[in-house]
Amino acid sequence: MTLLDLDGLSVSYATRQGTRTVVEDVSFAVDPGELVAVVGESGSGKTTTAQAVLGLLADNGRIESGRISLNGTDIARWSDRRLRAVRGSQISLVPQDPGNSLDPVKTIGSQIAEVFRLHEPRGRRPVGPRVIDLLERVGLTRPELRARQYPHELSGGMRQRVLIAIAVALHPQLIIADEPTSALDVTVQRTILDLIDSLRQEFGTAVLLVTHDLGVAADRSDRLVVMKDGRVQETGPTPVVVADPSSEYTRALLADAPSFGSPLQARREQREPVAAVSSGGVTPAEAPPAIVVEGLVKEFRGGRRGDAVRAVDDVSFVVPRGTTHALVGESGSGKTTTARLVTRFETPTAGSIRLDGSDVSELRGEDLRQLRRRIQLVYQNPFATLDPRHRVRDIVAEPLRNFDLGDRSSRRDRTLELLDLVALPAAVADRPARELSGGQRQRVAIARALAVEPEVVVLDEAVSALDVTVQAAILRLLDDLQRRLGLTYLFISHDLAVVRQISDTVSVLSGGRVVESGPVERIFTEPEDPYTRQLLAAVPGAATPAPSEPKAAQ
Amino acid sequence: MTATALLPGLLRSTRRRSVSPTLVLAWVVVAVVILWAIAPGLFTHYSATSGVPQDRLLPPDAQHWFGTDQLGRDQYSRVVHGSIHSLSGAVVAVAVGFVAGSLLGLLAGSLGGLVDIVIGRVVDVLLSVPGLLLSLTVIILLGFGTVHAAIAVGLTSIASFTRLTRSEVVGVRRSDYVEAAFGSGGRRWSVLFRHVLPNSLGPVLALVALQIGTAIIAISTLGFLGYGAPPPTPEWGLLIADGRNYVATSWWLTTYPGIVVVVVVLAANRIGQSLGRRGRQGGSR
Repeated sequence: MTLLDLDGLSVSYATRQGTRTVVEDVSFAVDPGELVAVVGESGSGKTTTAQAVLGLLADNGRIESGRISLNGTDIARWSDRRLRAVRGSQISLVPQDPGNSLDPVKTIGSQIAEVFRLHEPRGRRPVGPRVIDLLERVGLTRPELRARQYPHELSGGMRQRVLIAIAVALHPQLIIADEPTSALDVTVQRTILDLIDSLRQEFGTAVLLVTHDLGVAADRSDRLVVMKDGRVQETGPTPVVVADPSSEYTRALLADAPSFGSPLQARREQREPVAAVSSGGVTPAEAPPAIVVEGLVKEFRGGRRGDAVRAVDDVSFVVPRGTTHALVGESGSGKTTTARLVTRFETPTAGSIRLDGSDVSELRGEDLRQLRRRIQLVYQNPFATLDPRHRVRDIVAEPLRNFDLGDRSSRRDRTLELLDLVALPAAVADRPARELSGGQRQRVAIARALAVEPEVVVLDEAVSALDVTVQAAILRLLDDLQRRLGLTYLFISHDLAVVRQISDTVSVLSGGRVVESGPVERIFTEPEDPYTRQLLAAVPGAATPAPSEPKAAQ
Repeated sequence: MTATALLPGLLRSTRRRSVSPTLVLAWVVVAVVILWAIAPGLFTHYSATSGVPQDRLLPPDAQHWFGTDQLGRDQYSRVVHGSIHSLSGAVVAVAVGFVAGSLLGLLAGSLGGLVDIVIGRVVDVLLSVPGLLLSLTVIILLGFGTVHAAIAVGLTSIASFTRLTRSEVVGVRRSDYVEAAFGSGGRRWSVLFRHVLPNSLGPVLALVALQIGTAIIAISTLGFLGYGAPPPTPEWGLLIADGRNYVATSWWLTTYPGIVVVVVVLAANRIGQSLGRRGRQGGSR
């Protein structure tokens, strides 16, 4: 029989503007021991659905109609008190952010022990050994030590293991995992997903995996539920949905997911000659390369005992004009520090950075300010990089004002021209940035970067915070702009699938060093370094059978 | 600038949200007291300084709402006329604290290094001296009087304004959009005034409202101790001090001005609180 059965579930939130229905008529079922993935973009209602099952909706949320049956009992209208007995023992949650979900002032051991204390009569069995056993079960080394440690002493992956330990402690029938790996590096993500898989087999637990990552869902799930705008678009066995999607939206999602489709395939073929030039010993043809970085070193003071920490250690690469070079690596690999060195928000400890043949590594004061006309940085989080109090018009025109380019009216024309360039309607010019969506904001940030007509644009995880369909649109925009304006990109990303789409050449970074570099096709098809191989193997979606690709490309 | 930044926010809040009744009451109280200060003649026809000797020490009734004092002066009229002294004193005091404090905080937060350290330690010293002692010291140096009392009270609030502004500036200065502004070729001072200052001021403005309540108490305290406005000025603290001599027989002389002070301070705090909440919400967006 089915373990969890949602039937016509609708959830609404009471807001200042009235009630807003965010989940509408959602029905699907989870069988015992099954892994069902709910996939959707932000705002699709996938998290709200999961919260409704747990009875953990926000205060203004309400289940309007529908049934949530757990083992045949409808729990949709149960009180919080009754649900408390279900939570943890029958259904448990693995939350998204391992950084925020553990109590920073309690030891790991006491937080796991809490589950037993809450759900079992006092003193039935000593809790200590069971905690140690659990920590061992989720693959943490030295469990006795971990139990005494505090969350800040553990890495992100280790914390997520602790959260999983808490979730499986009472052998629940269903685990709801809400984006369990979204905050983690790709190699760590793989080990965590492997762990969930093995625990599932061991205990026969069903898993409801909520994720935005179609690759993860396709790799791991038995069945897929695709959601959009609060409605189920499509549901079915994973291989069937991936190979032959029946809904338009699923097809678009598959095409935009970087691990599946290759919308920029045409682009790569078209610029094959350029890539070939750059790969041929990385020698520029006639003009000097746009960026030449040699022996770049950055040390930060203030490690333990005041040691200097080498964030970037002897990094060198060359980017020919008009091409895209990617820096790939996991967190702590030094890729962002390298980006900040090249844009000279940081000063290198050693080494040289040449833009168009001129050394910029020592610039200071007014010279450094003038450098901003030649190189611009686009940041990861479009919600943090635009002044919330300013209008789009002011934001885009700010570089023009700073460099005294043009008068008031010509700046206004140029602003509209720039908005048009990034495919934003002129109407957004007068709106404050906070009213725009993530994708629109990132377009504004790109427009601002292009205002002073720079030669080089450094994109620091510029599409990582965006939904896949938005991500695909921004990537197409970047590609188009590069061709029209002859821009040179330095593209920083942890996402290998995205890198493969947009870059010509790539450097793989690990621990501040370049472990491998070369043309993107070679690195992806014939990686030489073991680390690169490991990184590529961990990319979700890589294990999915090939049939999906020609399908999506149609 | 502060008023223009604040007004649209207030209008929006009253239009959209159902406003809490205590907040409405607080605004009503403040509005009434401000009207007292602007046009005392609208509220009372009795003189605040000259009394009718045969009407001395009358208990509260329909004629004299708050009773009369030992010289036959209407106590309600004295409270109404006194509001201008207490309010203007509080406004001057908070203005001194706000202007000096936020400038020092902006300097400390944006320049960092030695400047930050020096300002920080000076603030520590200011905070370690009890506020009343500090204002008494200052007022003895400056001499008695309403304005001097206000400055003395204002000096004690510089420290908290500096601290708050500095912490806000430090946070905003590290935000991505400030770095992006430098990345767009912004010069230090233009970025500071275009991006850092406007985005730091929200919580500071809330502190302004909170400090007004505190300043009213501090000024009344100085008046009560005889360091503020000289008699027969109907300053609130002075009223309470005068009434103290008759507290056994004529309780209304201290009680009513005391209640007025408490109500006004509570109202100012309530408003400050609501602004603080708005500031935090705005900041988190």
